[in-house]
Amino acid sequence: MSIEIQNLHKRFGAFVALDQIDLSIPPGQLVALLGPSGCGKTTLLRIIAGLETADRGRVLFDGEDASRRHVRERGVGFVFQHYALFQHMTVFENIAFGLRVRPRAARPPEAAIRAKVDALLGLVQMGWLANRYPSQLSGGQRQRIALARALAVEPQVLLLDEPFGALDTKVRKELRRWLRRLHDELHITSVFVTHDQEEALEVADRIVVMNHGRIEQIGSPQEVYDAPATPFVYQFLGNINLFHSRVHAGWARVGGLRVRVPEYGDTEHAPAMAYVRPHDIDLLREPEDGDTTLTATVSRVSQLGSLVRLELIQSSDGEIAEVEMTRERYAADPLQIGDLVFVKPRQVRVFLHDNPKATPLPQWSGHGDGI
Amino acid sequence: MSDSTPRASVSAATTEPRFVRVALVTVALSFLTLFLFVPLAAVFYEALRKGVGVYLAAIVDPYALAAIRLTLLSVAIAVPLNLAFGVAAAWAIAKFEFRGKSVLITLIDLPFAVSPVIAGMIYVLLFGAQGWLGPWLSAHDVKIIFAVPGIVLATVFVTVPFIARELIPLMQAQGTDEEEAALVLGASGWLTFWRITLPNIQWGLLYGVVLCTARAMGEFGAVSVVSGHIRGLTNTLPLHVEILYNEYQFAAAFACASLLTLLALVMLAFKALIERRVLRQRCSTLAMETSS
Repeated sequence: MSIEIQNLHKRFGAFVALDQIDLSIPPGQLVALLGPSGCGKTTLLRIIAGLETADRGRVLFDGEDASRRHVRERGVGFVFQHYALFQHMTVFENIAFGLRVRPRAARPPEAAIRAKVDALLGLVQMGWLANRYPSQLSGGQRQRIALARALAVEPQVLLLDEPFGALDTKVRKELRRWLRRLHDELHITSVFVTHDQEEALEVADRIVVMNHGRIEQIGSPQEVYDAPATPFVYQFLGNINLFHSRVHAGWARVGGLRVRVPEYGDTEHAPAMAYVRPHDIDLLREPEDGDTTLTATVSRVSQLGSLVRLELIQSSDGEIAEVEMTRERYAADPLQIGDLVFVKPRQVRVFLHDNPKATPLPQWSGHGDGI
Repeated sequence: MSDSTPRASVSAATTEPRFVRVALVTVALSFLTLFLFVPLAAVFYEALRKGVGVYLAAIVDPYALAAIRLTLLSVAIAVPLNLAFGVAAAWAIAKFEFRGKSVLITLIDLPFAVSPVIAGMIYVLLFGAQGWLGPWLSAHDVKIIFAVPGIVLATVFVTVPFIARELIPLMQAQGTDEEEAALVLGASGWLTFWRITLPNIQWGLLYGVVLCTARAMGEFGAVSVVSGHIRGLTNTLPLHVEILYNEYQFAAAFACASLLTLLALVMLAFKALIERRVLRQRCSTLAMETSS
């Protein structure tokens, strides 16, 4: 089933939770709503489910307006952040609940319910837990049971609110992959909310990045990571170095470095910010011809598993920049603390200060650390 | 046996020394004996002192029977009323945001704060012959004060907080997640209440009902004011006990008192029994699981 969201607004008192949301989700896709807490992503998910009503705007399921349809008639499966399993029921009864509460005419016979629940327990690999109570399960097991329960009613849309938020890292990674495989098997249109960019990048077909109740960018994981549409997306997905910059007539100047920015051809003497990912930087021992490098001094070297992270102090203004490289590359030319290096970014994105979307958040006051 | 040493050291580190434990238990037990068990035993001792014949005679006395009937009647009306109100109020307070919520919470506590005598006086002031609604009531031949309706009203007033107070924190702690999950799965509001909300609050609810029943049976002050003490008509069991006592019929008074006490003990036993049954059920499921 496709989901179409048109011009959605939602306020809680004076707080604007959602502001003019337009989003269309094609059938069978697995979409991540990604953003910091308070960005409105959970509210959007709850409005799609019908647990919350929008002040304005519509939600269409397969082109049909579902805004006025009651939550129980929307045919959605919802997995709650804290699972919301029925504490006084066994795992089996939890999963069977959606079938048992159907009106008598639509209720399957007991044998069919049993078969269905057993099949779902098999699907989530939890058959041996059928007679347990939720309090006797681990977090990961509860999550799977919550998913099986949501799937029991054969939903057209599956909505998951921070599905892995309450789990430890190892279980989270495992369940992530499992959810992706499950989705590839079932092909239910699915939307999940997360604040974890890694999770979104790994699992989703498409990512919707949200901030302050607005959508910042919609795209495939590769698109949002490689070509962030706004400074916010840049800093939210992955680490980032920020450099103060000035743009004039199609060129951005960052310290001694000049970058061609054709999109700002008509801009004159505008303050701007240059964004560079830590792994998009080459470090050279010797300067190059032309204004392609910045000078800096190595101030710290840390080994992080397969990566080596170097902290640099820029010679021009003393600000800190971060560079990441593989162990092998570092081993080829092991820079030491105090070494003078020439910083050559392979990829730079420049956003003007006066770009309304580029208003920097207070916490990124120009220092090179990723957030 | 190899693991007994570390366990012993852990317990030594986390519990009090033996003499402290013994002292605490002794203090608690002697307090309970002195203030709960001895009076309880005294009630039954006094009741049966003049023999079973006197005891039974005091209970089958028509006035006593009338008092028992009236007490049970006011319990039968007050408890279901408060059950419905308590669940509704707790539901509203715990699961919704609305204007006047804090006022409602305060109002629910009012009967706890106000002396029962004053509660009775309020009803006299409202419905009594000289009260605000008195002339209208007597014109329409409705008797509330010094009649059964007044007693029921006073009982309801005094017992309002018991169930609501028990449920509000419970329901607030539980939140609305499970209800929302049930709705998404297609359950109607009614089904959600019966299958999800009620099972989740059943122990709190039962506890509230037990307390409410005990208080409704034992209420004295408010009922005393509105009753008028008409034997056989407006006397509840506690009022009957008082009258007998004031008439120096100690054996009869204690016999009726022992009835009230017995009713209270039955309520407690009832609660303990159900709690144990549920516990056993959970344990057996768990045992079955681990053995298979």
